[in-house]
Amino acid sequence: MTAIPLGVPRRLVEFTLDGQEARVPEGSTILDACRAAGKDVPTLCQGDTLTPKNACRVCVVEVEGARTLAPACSRRAEQGMVVRTDTERARHSRKVVLELLASSVDLSTTPSVAQWIKEYEAKPDRFGPDAARVDEEPRVDNDLYVRDYGKCILCYKCVDACGDQWQNSFAISVSGRGFDARIAVEHDGPLTDSACVYCGNCIEVCPTGALSFKSEFDMRAAGTWDEERQTATTTVCAYCGVGCNLTLHVQDNEIVKVTSPHDNPVTHGNLCIKGRFGYQHVQNRD
Amino acid sequence: MDLRFGDGKPTDEERAAVDALLGPPESSWEGADRSDADLRWARGGREARDRRDLLLPGLHALNDRIGWISEGALDYLCRRLTVPPAEAYGVATFYAMFSVRPRPATVLHVCTDLACTTAGASELCAAVEARLGPDSGVKVERSPCLGLCERAPAALVIRAGHPPSGDDPPRPAFGDEAVQAEGGSGGAAPGVGNGKGRRRETPYATAVVAPATPEATIIATTAPEDAPPEPAPALAVPQAGHPSLTLLARIGTTDPTSLDAYRAAGGYTALRRAFALGPAGVIREVTDAGLVGRGGAAFPTGRKWQATAAQPDHPHYLVCNADESEPGTFKDRVLMEGDPYALVEAMTIAAYATGAHRGYLYLRGEYPRALARLTHALAQARARGLLGDDVLGQGYAFDIEIRRGAGAYICGEETALFNSIEGYRGEPRSKPPFPVEKGLFGKPTVENNVETLVNVLPILTMGAQAYAAIGTPTSTGPKLFCVSGSVRGPGVYELPFGATLGELLTLAGVRDNLRAVLLGGAAGGFVRPDELDVPLTFEGTREAGTTLGSGVVMAFDDTVPLPRLLLRIAEFFRDESCGQCVPCRVGTVRQEEALHRIADRTGAAAAGDVALLREVGRAMRDSSICGLGQTAWNAVESAIDRLGAYE
Repeated sequence: MTAIPLGVPRRLVEFTLDGQEARVPEGSTILDACRAAGKDVPTLCQGDTLTPKNACRVCVVEVEGARTLAPACSRRAEQGMVVRTDTERARHSRKVVLELLASSVDLSTTPSVAQWIKEYEAKPDRFGPDAARVDEEPRVDNDLYVRDYGKCILCYKCVDACGDQWQNSFAISVSGRGFDARIAVEHDGPLTDSACVYCGNCIEVCPTGALSFKSEFDMRAAGTWDEERQTATTTVCAYCGVGCNLTLHVQDNEIVKVTSPHDNPVTHGNLCIKGRFGYQHVQNRD
Repeated sequence: MDLRFGDGKPTDEERAAVDALLGPPESSWEGADRSDADLRWARGGREARDRRDLLLPGLHALNDRIGWISEGALDYLCRRLTVPPAEAYGVATFYAMFSVRPRPATVLHVCTDLACTTAGASELCAAVEARLGPDSGVKVERSPCLGLCERAPAALVIRAGHPPSGDDPPRPAFGDEAVQAEGGSGGAAPGVGNGKGRRRETPYATAVVAPATPEATIIATTAPEDAPPEPAPALAVPQAGHPSLTLLARIGTTDPTSLDAYRAAGGYTALRRAFALGPAGVIREVTDAGLVGRGGAAFPTGRKWQATAAQPDHPHYLVCNADESEPGTFKDRVLMEGDPYALVEAMTIAAYATGAHRGYLYLRGEYPRALARLTHALAQARARGLLGDDVLGQGYAFDIEIRRGAGAYICGEETALFNSIEGYRGEPRSKPPFPVEKGLFGKPTVENNVETLVNVLPILTMGAQAYAAIGTPTSTGPKLFCVSGSVRGPGVYELPFGATLGELLTLAGVRDNLRAVLLGGAAGGFVRPDELDVPLTFEGTREAGTTLGSGVVMAFDDTVPLPRLLLRIAEFFRDESCGQCVPCRVGTVRQEEALHRIADRTGAAAAGDVALLREVGRAMRDSSICGLGQTAWNAVESAIDRLGAYE
């Protein structure tokens, strides 16, 4: 028996990427092809363990013959397609989308975004001081997670992770419409009244820090959160026999959060409440 | 799936409203009290989840009877349908006509969109609110276009209420609305009871007031059942009875409630010809006739049908898009109210040609009379063997279910419409895959709007060649235009493609001092009074740098403040954006903010914001998921470029 899961052999699709011949397995997205070719296309809502929702539109590229730009994360490469990733048109859209996002929510804990804002010369403050923002107090209604709507870009990743793609708890969904749309549990109540099972898989996939561990939130508030000083150790969860991988993030000899490697073929980064949050006994020193 | 339902308990009334739609629950697994038998087996799984598409009808059932959707009611509905409460809450809060907060049973929707605003909607709103006072028990809501532009200003009263007199309606055999026969708003049609003593067969009452005066609106809010009937649909057709009409020929001349009258006026000859031709023959005729979609995208109908018919996956579905919500558009309403059987026949033909045995008619929630007329027409057609297991004795099974929208412009987008029918939020899906391959319920689906479908009838009765001879070589056939604004005869006009904008406006009696014409609705563009020779064809308008869109022609004279109009358009798109993608969700907000800043400025003072608008508009057009975001900037851009709005 082989340890590596093998799929059905796939045909190769040949197409043109930025003037160069590209060959990718059938079913690959343009983004897959870009990454294989070593090109950097910015994405926010794309996740390695989820079907992309293509809601953020940062990864748009130009497909010859198409009326509009196409999201690289979800548009599949087709035979003979001619794709350009770095045209003025694509760059313009990325710039404006970054400006729209950064002017409406707090992206301070979003990885890579500061660098893209610089690269695309985005100026989020040019919409003026009165530009509408999602300014809401973080919701702290339990001891495990914090929901900070001021950082939420509505990428739908938490909804998908909680729903039919991983957890099947269906505790969160999008409510409302337009600029007033918000990620919410039923009746927009506290998490403790909802169907949430506290697996934390939504935190695992959140790209902006809108969902975070209470431990991280508290340490950030106290100014003691310092990723530079943290070590990450991957081990095996001891609670049951499944053998999920845990990555313990440790700062000053204290576990500050637990993640899980996304390339694990069993869990794909998902855990249950015990693996994700049940680490207090490790550091109970009495 | 191990769903957790809330502890909320429905009131008896709420439970009755849901049970009237779904029938009583059979076990505690779907919301009944627990019995010993329930402990011995589990019910649920795929069979229960397959009823997800009854979520929207279920929300309507609650909203119609109670006026709003409480936590307990939503939880009960979720239990009945095996839908996660968080998702159902997301769906309930998506639609403008639903409320998850307590509100009065009577809601008055006052249209504040383009035609109504220029006809004094703000004054109407103020006057009605002043008269009603704070404790009136009426909620006044400013509404987007109600599709009554020819009778602006318009208002719609909806009063949630008790079940119909007599017994509870039986559980429908097919769909939710089938039981809702004639009722609600009074139609002027013969055979429909009007005025006092009218038996109400829906759990709610509606009244349409247009043109609305404060007095008439107040009367309608206090007693919607007794409001005077709406004027006949024929009054919206200034050309009614004219021998040149094809699509509108029966409106005003044939009783829309009588199947016999429809057949006497040539109805169902097209379906007979379709059966004689066979499915492939029908598609050939439609293709040869050069029919293209009338909803705005102008896609060749024959090609769409062929692509669906050829899909090996089954079943195939037919969806009629009757969610006409483009500001300024009301032609589908007039067609459905004035000639409902024509749509039923055309849908049957389309389904036959594409191999569908079930059709969904997705109807705007704001069209009570169209709902009543179509419900009646479907029942009659079913009773006479024109729908059902054996249509016209040809061994072909087809039936139509009406699905009522709940106030969301985005649901007119074809894939958003599928999501809405399926019981999800009305957010568009990304394409590809296209609906002909994976549409409603993931199956091959053909979707056409009302006007497109109705065009199939003359194609089959007069033949593809004769039909293609109408209009121009590339835009064939007759076209409906919704003319409103500064004209003496607002209404639906039918002209062959190729007539000029000026000819149409002359026909409608355009008033003096024309300042601008909005072509194609809020998603369309403005043209100047010196551009009236633009031919009304798809290619002609494209050449002139504008669009025909859904056929909206809104005339504005120089008394209309252009910046305010543009603001209203921006507000409309901000309000109707589903919020799924960033360029549209935030871009529409930034567009409205910039327009507010320059509302009273011109020239250099506005230049910075105009440049900003252009940049945001371009990104929205290029990178939004669907047509809403892609077109939200069109009208403003055309006003700046062609009318010099802020120079």
